[in-house]
Amino acid sequence: MASSNREILLDPLINNNPIALQVLGLCSALAVTTKMSTAFVMSLAVIAVTALSNTAISLIRNLVPPSIRIIVQLTIIASLVIITDQVLQAFVFDISKQLTVFVGLIITNCIIMGRAEAFAMQNPPGPSFIDGVGNGLGYGLVLMAVAFIRELFGSGKVFGLTVLPLVTEGGWYQPNGLMLLAPAAFFLIGCFIWAVRSWKPEQVEEDFHVGALLEPGHEGSLR
Amino acid sequence: MLEHYLSLATKAVFVENIALAFFLGMCSFLAVSKKVTTAIGLGAAVIFVLGITVPLNQILFSAFLKEGSLGWLGFPDINLGFLTYLTLIGTIAAVVQIVEMVIDRFSPELYNALGVFLPLIAVNCAILGAALFMVNREYTLGEATVFGLGSGVGWAIAIVALAAIREKLRYSNVPEPLRGLGITFIVVGLMSLGFMAFSGISL
Repeated sequence: MASSNREILLDPLINNNPIALQVLGLCSALAVTTKMSTAFVMSLAVIAVTALSNTAISLIRNLVPPSIRIIVQLTIIASLVIITDQVLQAFVFDISKQLTVFVGLIITNCIIMGRAEAFAMQNPPGPSFIDGVGNGLGYGLVLMAVAFIRELFGSGKVFGLTVLPLVTEGGWYQPNGLMLLAPAAFFLIGCFIWAVRSWKPEQVEEDFHVGALLEPGHEGSLR
Repeated sequence: MLEHYLSLATKAVFVENIALAFFLGMCSFLAVSKKVTTAIGLGAAVIFVLGITVPLNQILFSAFLKEGSLGWLGFPDINLGFLTYLTLIGTIAAVVQIVEMVIDRFSPELYNALGVFLPLIAVNCAILGAALFMVNREYTLGEATVFGLGSGVGWAIAIVALAAIREKLRYSNVPEPLRGLGITFIVVGLMSLGFMAFSGISL
């Protein structure tokens, strides 16, 4: 049991990373990664919400009729996000202001819905909690890696501390402005996926999961 | 007045494109952009749902949730702002469900074209994102309608363009590990770079 729990926790980090392999939760992953501090807070928020929503949904999995399960899941997730948002506003107000709408967008982060559907609906609360933490960590890992590169090369800092002194401040490093702009996030995630898949070639996908549902003949499976 | 709405619409469609500048709706943006025809279907559904939900959420928000907005009911001191997220997502889920039923009843052809995409849209971050931006920027009802439709059109343009590029890309010799998702990200990055050219427009 202990070893399977460990697998549930560690599998989503590299082997089955929610961003790189499952193509989930990209919406917010890209926008909050210009600075490590925002990415870190965002990762913590997502870990908390996935873990708790997985636990809650797993606890009531046998009581919810399948036809209304999506709305029940959305309500649970939205309530957890409201709590997270209030906690962030109370303790790290500045960062919460910088994250703007992206805290609220955790509600529609596909990782959370995806894990609720794929794991929590079939498994007891204990493993569901660990699965939530694992997937949250996998998401956080990519977020932190992207934010590290963007902040280091874009503004010469790590967690707001100067590492590469900028030319404008009397140092030698000419910052790469592209890193702070939207396209850099796409390039970096693209390269991250490239790296992971070169290392583990079995991860090259045949077809996207959601996309496969929309091919002719599979329409019914969405309802 | 008209000028104000026009510039808001241009901003929503091009300058602050919801997919390429704010990364919203990425999951379905990447997953459903393999064929131009499916991309057009999803794009139309997104325009439709955004055009309805953003103004509707604006009405609900300004009538019940904004600070001091319950004055007309006699409770000027109660602030229900903490219910914002729950209200927005509840409205979106309900509207998507109702739209699906209405289309099914009155226009079977439209239902066949859009129906498949509607369940996906309830959890599309672009829809919730636009609603949250509306709340954040304190748009009026008119502005919210223009912003909703504009964001939808911008998202639709982006996904149709990406689908067209990916159809051509199928004939290219992409390195094995980069195929599929990896190269798509890089293409989207280049598109986003292209759309940044619009940020030079001063409105």
